[in-house]
Amino acid sequence: MRQYFGRKLLIYFITFFLAVSIDWLIPRFMPGNPVQGMIARANLSAESAKMIYSYYMQAFGLNIPIWQQYLNFWIAIFHGDFGTSIWLFPEPVIKIIKDAVPYDILLLLPAILVSWFAGNHFGAFAARSKWLDNTILPIGYILTATPYMWLGILLAWALGIVVHIFPFSGAYAYSMMPSFTWGFIWSLAVHWVLPFLSLFLVMFGGWAIGMRNLIIYELESDYSHYLLALGTPRKLVRKYAFNNAVLPQVTGLALQLGVIVAGALVTEIVFSYPGIGYLILQAIQNEDYFLLQGCFLFIIIGVLLANFAIDVVYVLVDPRTRIGMQGEG
Amino acid sequence: MQTVTKPKKKNELLFFALRNTKLRIGLAIILFFVVLAIVGPHLAKYKPNEFAGAQNHPPSAEYWFGTTSFGDDVFSQFASGLGAAFEVGLLGGGIGTLIGLLVGFVAGYRGGLIDEFLNMLTNIVLVIPALMVLLIIAVYLKARGVFIESIFIGCFAWPWTARAVRAQTFSLRTRDFVDMARISAMRPLKIIATEIAPNMMSYLLLVFILQFGGAILTAATLDFIGLGPTNVISLGLMMNNAVIYGALILGVWWWFVPPGIAITAIVGALYVTNVGLDEAFNPKLREM
Repeated sequence: MRQYFGRKLLIYFITFFLAVSIDWLIPRFMPGNPVQGMIARANLSAESAKMIYSYYMQAFGLNIPIWQQYLNFWIAIFHGDFGTSIWLFPEPVIKIIKDAVPYDILLLLPAILVSWFAGNHFGAFAARSKWLDNTILPIGYILTATPYMWLGILLAWALGIVVHIFPFSGAYAYSMMPSFTWGFIWSLAVHWVLPFLSLFLVMFGGWAIGMRNLIIYELESDYSHYLLALGTPRKLVRKYAFNNAVLPQVTGLALQLGVIVAGALVTEIVFSYPGIGYLILQAIQNEDYFLLQGCFLFIIIGVLLANFAIDVVYVLVDPRTRIGMQGEG
Repeated sequence: MQTVTKPKKKNELLFFALRNTKLRIGLAIILFFVVLAIVGPHLAKYKPNEFAGAQNHPPSAEYWFGTTSFGDDVFSQFASGLGAAFEVGLLGGGIGTLIGLLVGFVAGYRGGLIDEFLNMLTNIVLVIPALMVLLIIAVYLKARGVFIESIFIGCFAWPWTARAVRAQTFSLRTRDFVDMARISAMRPLKIIATEIAPNMMSYLLLVFILQFGGAILTAATLDFIGLGPTNVISLGLMMNNAVIYGALILGVWWWFVPPGIAITAIVGALYVTNVGLDEAFNPKLREM
């Protein structure tokens, strides 16, 4: 077991190292110099442009040797220094991200967990029942193929504009300030519904279909036939099938994290929900490279933590990993 | 026995494939959109970014899918966006499948240190959210085309394929017929190509279909953020424009509904085809 986690952790550390390196590398080796671009847009005279250019090169530390820039980047990260945002000027990037992260957690954690549980149970329930298979399953396929942003747009349009049930922009009413009052919490909850729903529905379709297919595989395997031949109640056989089929779904959650992050990103953009996805859009539109780099790193850290959590869960639900790891090494 | 029954087996497969409702429905939808992508641009009365006349005009005989807030013809944008989507699917999905195959075959067949290294690489790329890397790359590329976009998408979509192919290769390489080939001094590459790959053909087709759909969805997401191709109109870009220029509040639903329907229908049809093929290939799953 220690070896299992040791291996996983090693991979996560290498991933983190590579991700930080990519984060540092891409802006520096892509065609086009951001400082030059910034000055070009400011329309300065040649003389002052030169001065400002050298000032910025120094300010961003672009005039020292490459290896030193790389080292400084790492040192800054460990000091929690992600630079200063250009979009919200004197604000440090880390503070902007810290303010956004709670909204991401508020949205993503329930959406992922609820859709996973609901989807798996529903998929298991629908498997091999002719009626459900033929009616609800097609809906599952449609849902899982739907681009997150499109479902978000449709929901915002249908439930936010055509029928005024839910607000479709922001995380709370624009007239409010965050506070611990019932009014604010209510506003938060109402604004949360549509983005949650669009994330939930797409993921739900995927889990339901995955589970339905896995259950059918399990029900066709030898142990199920054997149990049935012995006269075991169908319900019990299905329960065993479910227990076996749920394991790939746990791994599937880890595999899906990247797609889910991407989906959350565009959903936040559609609903102007002030999480990291919304920050990324602002960073792109305002050419705020520091903010973009910071968001990238934060997402990587979040995904790595989630992966590790799933690894722990996997060991807990699959007894074979606990025993197998000792023998296998 | 294999050689004698081969032609008959093929017919049997075709029989089950054509009898499968899922497969028939899926293929029909995909075929419909492929034809639309080819014929559509010729049928359209306007160019995608040409000023067609009325602004925010609802669908009518003149403007089949209506017009945008800029007076662009939605059908014309839609048709050219379909073409871009298939291009991304084919290229991005193809590259993703190819890299995945290569890594999976080599890792599974060679084993040992090479496997260890490739496995680690696969796990690392798997953990990094592909879209974030694509996003960072796209931000710094000022001019982007469908071709470049597809290549980048393919380069980050391969890990799960590599993993699956590796596992399958692993189980195949210890079979007797592979040992036989090895004893007769066949070169490793040839063993992979002639002994191992043919036994996974059906599986590879399924993998490609999933990669195809995945590439379309990734491209749509990237385009929606505004980081897609800069020189052509795509389905994701249409949705992006619709949201930015207030199609929701203006009630211009004909602007954002068609691109979403197309993506959902194509990707959904691909998934359904995938399951249909799986049932045709795998006798255990056939419903009698």
